[in-house]
Amino acid sequence: MTFGNYTDYYKKDLISSEERKEFNTLNVGPTHPATHGVFQNVMLMDGEFIVETEQTIGYIHRAFEKIAERRPFYQITPLTDRLNYCSAPLNNMGWHMTVEKLLGIETPKRVDYLRIVVMELARISDHLICNSVIGVDSGALTGFTYLFQDREFIYEIFEEICGSRLTTNMGRIGGFERNFSEKAWDKIKYFLKKYPSKLQEFENLLARNRIFMDRTINVGSFPADRALAYGFTGPNLRACGVDYDVRVMNPYCSYEEFDFIVPIGQNGDTYDRFMVRQEEMRQSLSIIQQAIDKLDLLEDKDTYFAKDPRFVLPPKEKVYNNMEALIWHFKIVMGETDIPVGEVYHSIEAANGELGFYLVSDGGRTPSRLHFRRPSFIYYQAYPEMVTGSMLSDAVLTMSSMNVIAGELDA
Amino acid sequence: MDLTLYIYKTIFLFIILLVTLVVAMYSTYGERKVAAFMQDRRGPNRAGPFGLLQPIADGVKMFMKEEIIPLSANKKLFILGPSIAMTTAMLTGVVIPWGGIITIAGREFSMQIADLNIGILYVFAMVSIGVYGIMIGGWASNNKYALLGSIRAASQMISYELAMGLSIVGLILTTGSLSLNEIVAQQHGMHWNVFYQPLGFLIFLVCAFAETNRAPFDLPECETELIGGYHTEYSSMKLGFYLFAEYINMFISSAVIATLYFGGYNMPFIDQIGLSPNMVTLLGTFFFFMKIFFFIFLFMWIRWTLPRFRYDQLMNLGWKKLMPLAIFNIMATGAYYYFTELT
Repeated sequence: MTFGNYTDYYKKDLISSEERKEFNTLNVGPTHPATHGVFQNVMLMDGEFIVETEQTIGYIHRAFEKIAERRPFYQITPLTDRLNYCSAPLNNMGWHMTVEKLLGIETPKRVDYLRIVVMELARISDHLICNSVIGVDSGALTGFTYLFQDREFIYEIFEEICGSRLTTNMGRIGGFERNFSEKAWDKIKYFLKKYPSKLQEFENLLARNRIFMDRTINVGSFPADRALAYGFTGPNLRACGVDYDVRVMNPYCSYEEFDFIVPIGQNGDTYDRFMVRQEEMRQSLSIIQQAIDKLDLLEDKDTYFAKDPRFVLPPKEKVYNNMEALIWHFKIVMGETDIPVGEVYHSIEAANGELGFYLVSDGGRTPSRLHFRRPSFIYYQAYPEMVTGSMLSDAVLTMSSMNVIAGELDA
Repeated sequence: MDLTLYIYKTIFLFIILLVTLVVAMYSTYGERKVAAFMQDRRGPNRAGPFGLLQPIADGVKMFMKEEIIPLSANKKLFILGPSIAMTTAMLTGVVIPWGGIITIAGREFSMQIADLNIGILYVFAMVSIGVYGIMIGGWASNNKYALLGSIRAASQMISYELAMGLSIVGLILTTGSLSLNEIVAQQHGMHWNVFYQPLGFLIFLVCAFAETNRAPFDLPECETELIGGYHTEYSSMKLGFYLFAEYINMFISSAVIATLYFGGYNMPFIDQIGLSPNMVTLLGTFFFFMKIFFFIFLFMWIRWTLPRFRYDQLMNLGWKKLMPLAIFNIMATGAYYYFTELT
């Protein structure tokens, strides 16, 4: 059942002033369970229907872009962790690649493949949270707990690779801080083997469930032209039927060598967003498998950073015994690496959409200006248009299916 | 009426009250264990062996909590709300036949507190008063989420009460009696009503879920949309009363389902074993509780599996699907008896 006709009815000028008195204002957020973070919607409600809604953001605005102007480049990586904290490694890798673009560092193939493994794992963990939370918001908690075990396992893999779980600060500019351990590879392979059946189990629980379909089909649907006008990217745009994927349109990190499908939806509704994310998780699994195969074919098994000393710490025994190494170590740690003047824009297909980094360098130790193009910020602007005229329950589901993450929204 | 009967009834009343409370208490434990089992978790396991003391710990906690009544709330109604919910929930158990007849020293005692000849109507009346507790509590909190929750509760109740009542009509046509004791007695052996009224049973089951505000019809509390729904503003044991009333309702609904459609305390083939009549009665009560626990498990099973309906979908289901089906059920039953028994 759609409420398209109601949407027209609730356009402002059609409502007489007497009618407006009957409406009441509902504050959804900043601590409402449905917002999954700190942001607010002030909704004007006619019973259960939403007449108008206005968003308030900035509850956890931490001014990352400004903080970044006072930090050396390698210290900005932990800031990117806290953007979309559900898939921190993706943000890390995006930032490293941006700086590499500015510095002109060519990364070896092996580093690219390792990055792809990490990025696709992060994408899975993000999509998994989004989809299971759609289930929670529609009232089915069980699927959430099934998938969260696998998210836990992904975090264990991250822990094995870089030592931390949620805010990973993974990798360095130019590559990784260390090679993947044997245990990490074992865990990745185990995950590849086990996850498809778990994912299928989760999908069986919800995807063809009559109640779930009724709750999500034609709920929060958004036409492709409006989505493009707002600047949607990522799964939310693909659900509207536009096959835009940065990995295909503007390949980075050797994505052009990989073979994968870009799933698209038709109506851009909650169900399509759910299904697009489900399929993307499967594609990510296949990309990881391809990356592992390619890594096996490579002769060299040891390279994990680019042949460029500007951001890669020399090994400790050299630092203690060799003056040049000590100087380089000092320069890197103190953030005194020479940076060329210039400006770059680099974008990656983050789990939520196109995550862009616009970086201006004036040759100093810190960026002169930095801007993050944050997909959640763009989605949330379209939120009033998506939910006006629908019911409160739909608004909650629309919000969770757009995967608006407060950290990324407020930066 | 003599003194023994009075004493017996008083004792029995307290036993039933106690059993209701204990079952409701351990339903909260059961709910969490079942949820844990479905979700690959452990569930409560700290308080006592296997976490068996968890409900008691929860109860103590509820009593110790600070009681907050919002300044803008209507104080009297705010207190009245949970009281109504709890009281009506406890009153329903009166008419349910918990077992057959026990003979002690030549005297016969029936295991039912009151054998009303309109037992079914009594259950319905009590259950529908129960929703006033939710409505009054939600309104008195003076909170928009609570108000939305109580509006949902009220409209949900109206739309499901009707279908529930109509689904019972088919059953009454079959049994010819409104007394629960008689309905159970008629189902002796394997003549369970569920075989004669399958459609009516399904409608009744769906409505029972809606009546007890359990998932997938838990719209009045609906955590992700309305925070806590009608009990958003409640704290301490007042909140406990609401939650407790829900579990008591679940227990009573399961008992009613078992009584009306699954033969109550009757077990097939129990007469052939050759036990003493008292033993048969006690076993019957045991089996009755097994049936009740099965339905409580069903309630939980469904809650942890299905997503919840949207408000308008729920109304659609109630008015456009269950109502016509219930009416069809009445017509079909009526036509059957008209053509088979009267001619």
